[in-house]
Parts: sequence; C-alpha cells; structure tokens
Amino acid sequence: MSASVPASPLVALDTLWLQVAGTLCNLQCTHCFISSSPTNHAHGMMSLDEVRPYLEEAERLGVREYYLTGGEPFLNREILEIIEAALALGPVTVLTNGVLIRPETAARLRALSDASPYSLDLRVPMDGADAATNDPIRGQGTFDRIVAAIGILARAGLNPVVTVTEACEGALSGDGRGRLLAFLRRCGLAQPRLKVMPLLRLGAEATRTRAYAEWESLRGRTLTSEEAEALQCSSGRMVTSKGVYVCPILIDHPGARMGGRLAETLRPFDLDHAACFTCHEQGLSCRT
Amino acid sequence: MPDLKRTAEHGAFRRVAFLGGIYSNYLALSEALRIARARGADAVYALGDFGAFGPHPDRAVEILRDQGVPAIQGNYEESLSTSADDCHCGYTDPRDNRFAQISYDYTRRRTSRDHKAWMGTLPGHIRMSIAGRRLLLCHGSPRKINEFLWESTTPSAFVRRLLGEADADVVVCTHTGLHWSRLDAAGRGVVNVGALGRPANDGRTEVWMTLIEERPGGLAVEHVPVPYDHERLAREMREEELPEEFVETILTGYWTTCLEVLPAKERARGRH
Repeated sequence: MSASVPASPLVALDTLWLQVAGTLCNLQCTHCFISSSPTNHAHGMMSLDEVRPYLEEAERLGVREYYLTGGEPFLNREILEIIEAALALGPVTVLTNGVLIRPETAARLRALSDASPYSLDLRVPMDGADAATNDPIRGQGTFDRIVAAIGILARAGLNPVVTVTEACEGALSGDGRGRLLAFLRRCGLAQPRLKVMPLLRLGAEATRTRAYAEWESLRGRTLTSEEAEALQCSSGRMVTSKGVYVCPILIDHPGARMGGRLAETLRPFDLDHAACFTCHEQGLSCRT
Repeated sequence: MPDLKRTAEHGAFRRVAFLGGIYSNYLALSEALRIARARGADAVYALGDFGAFGPHPDRAVEILRDQGVPAIQGNYEESLSTSADDCHCGYTDPRDNRFAQISYDYTRRRTSRDHKAWMGTLPGHIRMSIAGRRLLLCHGSPRKINEFLWESTTPSAFVRRLLGEADADVVVCTHTGLHWSRLDAAGRGVVNVGALGRPANDGRTEVWMTLIEERPGGLAVEHVPVPYDHERLAREMREEELPEEFVETILTGYWTTCLEVLPAKERARGRH
C-alpha cells in the first residue's frame, strides 16, 4: 500500500512562467529535462494573442514577475512584442540559449529595458568555461556561439545572468565558481552574475545519466509549512500552449496540468513526482 | 493573507520621519534624528535592522532606546532576540552569504544581552495614519520580514494585491537598502524609506531617511539625504577589523557585497 504524498499549497501567485516557444529549440542539449529540440512539438509556439489573456489575468491576480522560456524563445517571431507586453506589467526574465541573438536584437532588448520601469533579465546557460566541457552537452560549436552572444549582450549594456548546471565541472566549488566568474569577466561582463542549477533526471537527462530511482520521492513524508512554502509551486504557475501547469519542470506529466486559466489553478498540488524530491532536497527554484 | 500578528496600533500624525536599516551606523542615526527635529517631524519611527555591517552595534541601539524611538523588528532583531545562527537576510549567493555571516557573527557577539531581550519585545508591524491614509510599517514586506521590495521588481499590480491583503493604503518598508516610492493618484502604494547604514550604491557617501507628511489632497513623500562623518565611521570599522569591502562601500558610495540580490536595473547603477 503506498503512503500518502504531501501537498504544496499555493500561498500566492507571484511568478508566472510562459512557455512561449513550446518545446521547440535550435539546440538539443543532452541534459534537457523536457527534451526540447528542433522537432519536439509536444508544446507549441505561443503567439502574442495567445499570451495576452494570461498576462491580463496575471495582472488582475497581482502577479509579481514574469519568466519567458521554451524551447528557445528567440525562435518565436513575436518574442520582442511578448517581452514588451510583459514588461508593461512587471519584471521579465527571458531564458535563452543566446545563439540567435544578433546585435540588432540586443539593441531592441536594451530599448525595451530602458522604456520600462521594471527590470529585464536575459538568462544564458553554459556547461563549462571551454568548448571541451560545454559542447558535448550543448552541441558542437555552441560554446563559441554562446560566448559571442554574451559579448553581444554586454556591448548592448545588458548584463545576462549566466546559468550553469551541476554537470558543469567545478560549478559547486568555490574555486570552480571563481574560475567561471573570471571567465565571464573576460567575455565582457563587468559585473558577472552566475546561477548554478541542479539537474533533473527527466527527459534527455534520464538517458544521459540515469532516471529517478524509486526512493527519490516525497511519498510518506510530511513537510512543515515553511518547507512547503519554499517550493516554487507554492508561488508560481507555468503556462504553455496546452494550458496551465504546476511548474516549469513537469510539463510532460499529464497530472501536472491544473487547468486552462490561472484562476483554475489556485489550489494545492500533490507532490507526487520524483522531480518534487529534487526541488525539496536541493532547494531548487527555476527563478533567478 | 500576510501574517500580521504582533501588530501595534499607533495614532494619527501629520509629518513622520522614517529610518530604515541602521546597520550600526550610529553616527548617521544621530544626524538623522537631528534632521527629523529640524524638519518638524512629529514622530520618528525605526523599521528594524539596527545592527550589521558597521562598528559597535550597541551604540545605535542605545540611542534608539534613550530617545524612545518607536521601532519594529527587522530580520536582525528577530534573529538576535531568538539566538538564531544567521541573520536571515535572504541572500542566495555564496559570497553574499559569507559577508552576511561575518556581519552577523560580529553583531551578535557585540550586542548586549539586555538589548537582545529588548529587541524581542518589539512588534513586527505598526499601523498609523497620516492625512487619513492608513500606513502599515513593516521591515521587508507586509507578508515577510525578509522579502525585498525593489523598485524595478515590485510592479503596481502586485502592490495593489499586497495593499488589499494588508488592508492598508501605504506600505512603508526598508530591507533592500535602496529608497524609492510609488504612490498612485489616490495616495496608495509603497514607500521604501532606504537605509541609514550604508549609502545607496550611487557613488554618493550620504545615506537616506524618508519623510511622509500630509499635503492638500494626500501625502507627500520626501527621501532625504543624510550626510555624516563617514570617514570617522570607516576608521572605526577598520579599528574593529571589519572587512575592507564594507569600508570601501562607506567611502565610495558603491556596494561591494549583497550584490547578487540586486535586480538588473539596480545592479547596473552601481560599480560592482
């Protein structure tokens, strides 16, 4: 007989994620927990007209911040208009692999940022401070293209947050961190910002290393209210072309779709997935 | 709903001076109290975080207690009065946390037992009114003592929700160390009063306090720079062997630590 699972209450809807590029990506990273690729249409591209009703509902609900992701958001032809619409309501973070960002795009982003009272952040991932460590995960030639993108953003006066996963050698040690920060300074970032992300044993990553084991579960556990409130599902929701999901991580899991509109999803969620174990044990938040 | 237990109800005022994080800067605190008197404030309130960062933490607390300045707890007072092992400042970056721990360990060691007990008696929130507007005083946000309300990440729709949940017209807060305010035409919104403890990451050595007063039809908010003998403070910080990074901030006006919590716009205004 299986034990019961703890639930995460929705304390407040502070963070709205929008999967504006679905699962479509120009890259195919071997650790992607939603297996985004040039051919993965599991979640579709969202037009500005599809995004707008969610932004309006979010404003009525008093959402604090917006995250735009994919897939690769800059594959979305309306991405700049979507960023502008979200920046009118609050701070925006765009999760991009960076390689499609041209100097003209960076200049437009800078102009959108300057025109808003709210912060615009770009978040660019790497998997090591050289091609030898990065490219086996992100793809041949991607290291040079990511470094070029960081330079383009820096020259436009934008200061991207660089994320590395635990797959990146030394990301968790003080020395490794220092080397990464020094490398980012050489890339042109005067005030380098770095975020380390745990890996999720889902999607492509389940093949690259291993899938979750049975013991990696919150089943039978009780969480204090403080522990439950630390989980990102207590303060956020994820919108894709298919509806509203509990979080950005579980969009491939049918039980994680909570409704068609945000108002239908303002309720507790049973922490029945192995990835919930990672969020709890490692304090994972997809927020910056 | 925010947890508003331990809320003290105060009365109606005409012109009030608000003091944000003092961070042991007793020299700036004395100056701020002098300015408040000179500007005719009919009350002065302190919004928590009396210690941290600066030297001789008991000196600022003694001034507050001697002068009977009404105050609420910040995360520092909550931590010190409950013998917590860290300040619960809410940083996420390892370097920021390392410097925060240096501050907290020094302050905890050098704060008298009597002052710590007094900190435990302070309310978490105070309600008051100015010009008929209902103010809620809190340290971070109405719902959390260490939530950061930065200008560029506190959108107006979110503020309306906070005000509705807190049943208030104006949230008066500190915790970020950067002053800003946004009131709508009806006089509803947020006033972050800034900090007396260290400069505002803008290359100026002054620190900041805030006056809120009635004016025809609503409220006026004025963020007031507080010049003080920052070179003396820097000298005393060095004598106390506090990190040179902290001293640099006092002497240059630019933050050298607590940087990773800054949103993009606020970070871009600084040097580091």
